[in-house]
Amino acid sequence: MRASIRFLATLLAACSGPAPVPAKPPAPPPPAAPGQLLPPSAFTTITEPAARSRAMFAEASRVLTHARCVNCHPPDDTPRQGDDHALHDPPAARGPAGHGVPAMQCETCHQDANRPDARVPGAPNWHLAPIEMVWLGRSPAQICAQISDPKRNGQKTIAQIQDHLAHDPLVGWSWNPGHGRTAPPGSQAELGALFQGWIDSGAVCPPDEENRP
Amino acid sequence: MKLDINGKPHEVDADPDMPLLWVIRDLLGLTGTKYGCGEALCGACTVHLDGNAVRSCVTPVRRAAGAKIVTIEGLSPTSDHPLQKAWTELGVPQCGFCQAGQIMSAAALLAANPKPTDDDIDRSLAGNLCRCGTYLRIRAAVRKAAGV
Repeated sequence: MRASIRFLATLLAACSGPAPVPAKPPAPPPPAAPGQLLPPSAFTTITEPAARSRAMFAEASRVLTHARCVNCHPPDDTPRQGDDHALHDPPAARGPAGHGVPAMQCETCHQDANRPDARVPGAPNWHLAPIEMVWLGRSPAQICAQISDPKRNGQKTIAQIQDHLAHDPLVGWSWNPGHGRTAPPGSQAELGALFQGWIDSGAVCPPDEENRP
Repeated sequence: MKLDINGKPHEVDADPDMPLLWVIRDLLGLTGTKYGCGEALCGACTVHLDGNAVRSCVTPVRRAAGAKIVTIEGLSPTSDHPLQKAWTELGVPQCGFCQAGQIMSAAALLAANPKPTDDDIDRSLAGNLCRCGTYLRIRAAVRKAAGV
């Protein structure tokens, strides 16, 4: 009896052949060098559009989660400063339109360019992002969901978001922050190209980290 | 460069990036506006540009060209602005160095919000430091001037 079971098992193994090997997902591109941002062309090895799109957003989120960006996308009424997201000093309030309150508006102190002599950062139209556009403390997936939701992105199209990221001088300040402040990787133009690559590949958001297997 | 300060035209020879405070004090001799920190951190240098409070120590003079600039000397021709009267009646100043900036910020607040709450006052004057600690009297004077 035992011998016949062994025979049957051997027969089955011989007939079924080698077990199928699951297809390997395409290898992601190697990480960018420090301070650099991968271009869209670096993701062409990922042939599945949704996977390529998610990978490009993940790369772009290295900028979107940087202190120079998230400090002006706070979840409350206080702008942040520094890489540790310290509360703004002197105390500053959001105000009704994100430009501060009377006598303490953003442009009471912030000019249209950095003031190296006083170390005060500046760019045109200095202001906070609306509170529904919270990025500080949010994951790339959460930021992507916010960007993609017209109710939380100022009723903008994705193309308008791309234009903001690629051309708004206030965004561009992030790469020229002055006074030893750290800058996000890449450049504004490279971020714009990467974001456009994300759009062209379907604008697919990455999964929320909490839901990852 | 042509400037309108306290309703009077001025022409100054200044680098466009020179701080407005230097022009006001050093080139034009209007010394009511004070130099405190030079980094927009104390509010002593506050003046108005088209009614909005700005820190003149970090404001390039080019930004002020074409705007109506008001300093503490121009707040009221007879120094009887409601804030100035309230300041005097309540004896707000101690050393007095910060008070011109405090009054200019308070004036910008009242122009935009004539009946401010204590929270409004605190938020709007949060960038004006007083090393003598006269904050309670400052707030009381703003309330008095506003009639609240």
